[in-house]
Amino acid sequence: MSKITLLEAVNMALQYELQRDSNMVLLGEDIGLNGGVFRATANLQSEFGPTRVMDTPLAESMIAGVAIGMAVQGLHPVAEIQFMGFIYAAMEQIVGHAARLRNRTCGRLSCPLVIRAPFGGGIHAPEHHSESTETLFAHIPGLRVVIPSSPKRAYGLLLAAIRNPDPVIFLEPKRIYRAVKHTIANDGHALPLDSCFTLREGRDITLVTWGAQVMETLEAAEVLAHKGVKAEVIDVATLKPLDMKTIYSSVAYTGRCIIIHEAARSFGAGAEIAANLAEHALQDLKAPVVRVCGYDTVMPLLRNEHYYLPSSRDIVTAAEKLVSFN
Amino acid sequence: MIFNPLNNDMTSATELHSKRQYDTYPLDSKQLIAAYKVMRLTRLFDHKCIALQRTGQIGTYPSCEGAEAIGVGTAQAMRSDDVFVPYYRDQAAQIVRGVQLEEMLLYWGGDERGSDFKGPRQDMPNCIPISTQCTHACGIASAFKIRHQKRVSVCSLGDGATSKGDFAEALNLAAVWQLPVVFVINSNQWAISVPRHRQCAAKQLIDKATAAGFTGVQVDGNNFGAVVTTVAAAIARARAGKGPGLIECLSYRLSDHTTADDASRYRQKRELEQARQQDPLTQLSAQLRARGEWNDSLEAELNAHCHRHIDRAVANYQNTPIRSAESMFEHLYAERPAQLDWQFARIKTQELNDE
Ligand SMILES: Cc1ncc(C[n+]2csc(CCOP(=O)(O)OP(=O)(O)O)c2C)c(N)n1
Ligand SMILES: [Mg+2]
Repeated sequence: MSKITLLEAVNMALQYELQRDSNMVLLGEDIGLNGGVFRATANLQSEFGPTRVMDTPLAESMIAGVAIGMAVQGLHPVAEIQFMGFIYAAMEQIVGHAARLRNRTCGRLSCPLVIRAPFGGGIHAPEHHSESTETLFAHIPGLRVVIPSSPKRAYGLLLAAIRNPDPVIFLEPKRIYRAVKHTIANDGHALPLDSCFTLREGRDITLVTWGAQVMETLEAAEVLAHKGVKAEVIDVATLKPLDMKTIYSSVAYTGRCIIIHEAARSFGAGAEIAANLAEHALQDLKAPVVRVCGYDTVMPLLRNEHYYLPSSRDIVTAAEKLVSFN
Repeated sequence: MIFNPLNNDMTSATELHSKRQYDTYPLDSKQLIAAYKVMRLTRLFDHKCIALQRTGQIGTYPSCEGAEAIGVGTAQAMRSDDVFVPYYRDQAAQIVRGVQLEEMLLYWGGDERGSDFKGPRQDMPNCIPISTQCTHACGIASAFKIRHQKRVSVCSLGDGATSKGDFAEALNLAAVWQLPVVFVINSNQWAISVPRHRQCAAKQLIDKATAAGFTGVQVDGNNFGAVVTTVAAAIARARAGKGPGLIECLSYRLSDHTTADDASRYRQKRELEQARQQDPLTQLSAQLRARGEWNDSLEAELNAHCHRHIDRAVANYQNTPIRSAESMFEHLYAERPAQLDWQFARIKTQELNDE
């Protein structure tokens, strides 16, 4: 067992499952010989052949539509959209078909597919390569939205996503593709979907986040610890369906909650979590629920993107304000 | 059980398909008569649906008047284990495929069970977002190809649908991957109020196949024989691994776009009257009468039979209890996530309160 990155964990999960499940196929742009622009599918075509690891022509709506057709026929397609910024052409297929096919046919047909896409900012990428629009998918009934934030969770959650009979949008935080390395047993062990992961325990304040912001949040928790504030850090991991239970039980202790996401503030997933807390956990709250988010602007180009992204300092500042609230 | 146009009685879909001869062209009278019968059934059912909509018994309904030869020809050219990928004006093909009339009534009447076909279990349900079904057909065809199954997916679409990127993307992929898929265009000259020449400047829509690297065929969509022969040939090619097909069936939408539309706002009465001269049913019955294979008494008998069949379907539809309120949660996910439990419980109490 060697230590691997989140990106390598994605590759390892795909490789494991291609071997285990003969119905599984991969499709996307440049995923074959090139192994994907980030190399998430490196070496898979040479191992499994072009029939199971397919380079497609360049058309995102088609990729999603073809994956739907394959899934309806019982294959388990895992489609790659090269960047989340280009997934919008596929929205019609995802929202109009994948999400509703089982429901509208009363279970006669279904859509067991995964659509993977790297998302998020902070890698100095060109325009359209840095947004976080996960909330667009999390709003859609019938979909599952899964976001890993570590190599271990990438491996286990991707396996779970592929094995899940529902359509899953699997968003990979590309800023941390190579940020940390974990030792992972390649044992095909899937992690549970629909449940948050508590990454750090603390009784003073609950920090809820997902994706690359898990890094900033953990960093902030460390800083806060030095200042005597014990923060609990929750990685949401599955945005839809959202595991509020874990968040409620943490807030029951801390009475304080900050939601941190890179995506624009308004109508972001943080609003959903805050609304749930207001509806169901008001009696536990000692302070208002606060969000630390991206701004409601177009994501700036690379020179200024750091102004847009929440930093660990932003989180610390918000947390200090919140613990002194009364 | 479905209506068997071959012998005017009820039979199972598989029986019907095994009886059909696929590759014996030119067509014999028996096949033409069978086609005519199901075309007539479709027409009468279609008129019934419009009447049901007018009296508030089903929702908005898209008539398929004028598309009967295309639908019956396409479906008769298919094998039962092929997969049909329809749009929303494919009642004729669906009847041949074994979709039951009461299922269509349920669908247009607003009940999801109408898409749970008891007959062709693998056929796709109606597709409302224009042209989006084209890439599904490619995905289905690639599944066949990957599994080395000698099956073909057959996709139906309108002429307006060819303007969408989905169509171009599907043709492009189908040719690159040499997929066993056949696209059949119901080229009925209108996309709601937009006429064909405002939809696309190319003389023929099949030129779009040329752009994708294969050859399409244009046929008279009002001529059943032309449609079935051409589609069958394309399906045979696709089944033999020779790549996709595109068939443009020239026809005319004899109805309003849907029951919510009034075509007199945008098209000339004279144009419609001229198109009526080409009615696919009139043409086929004339052909049969000329051969001495059809007459008024057979027509009367067929009509009576169709009416009985339709009335039975309507009665079954009307007697189908409305689904429970909480059914909207069924089959949303393979297993209902616990997160939805309280909403599910809420709608159940709401339903109780309504009673
Ligand atoms: C993507 C999309 N855009 C618009 C509509 C609304 N709409 C429904 S039918 C139709 C015209 C389609 O024309 P055509 O493809 O020629 O098929 P026809 O109805 O004539 O059989 C339009 C614009 C839709 N259903 N889907
Ligand atoms: Mg049309």
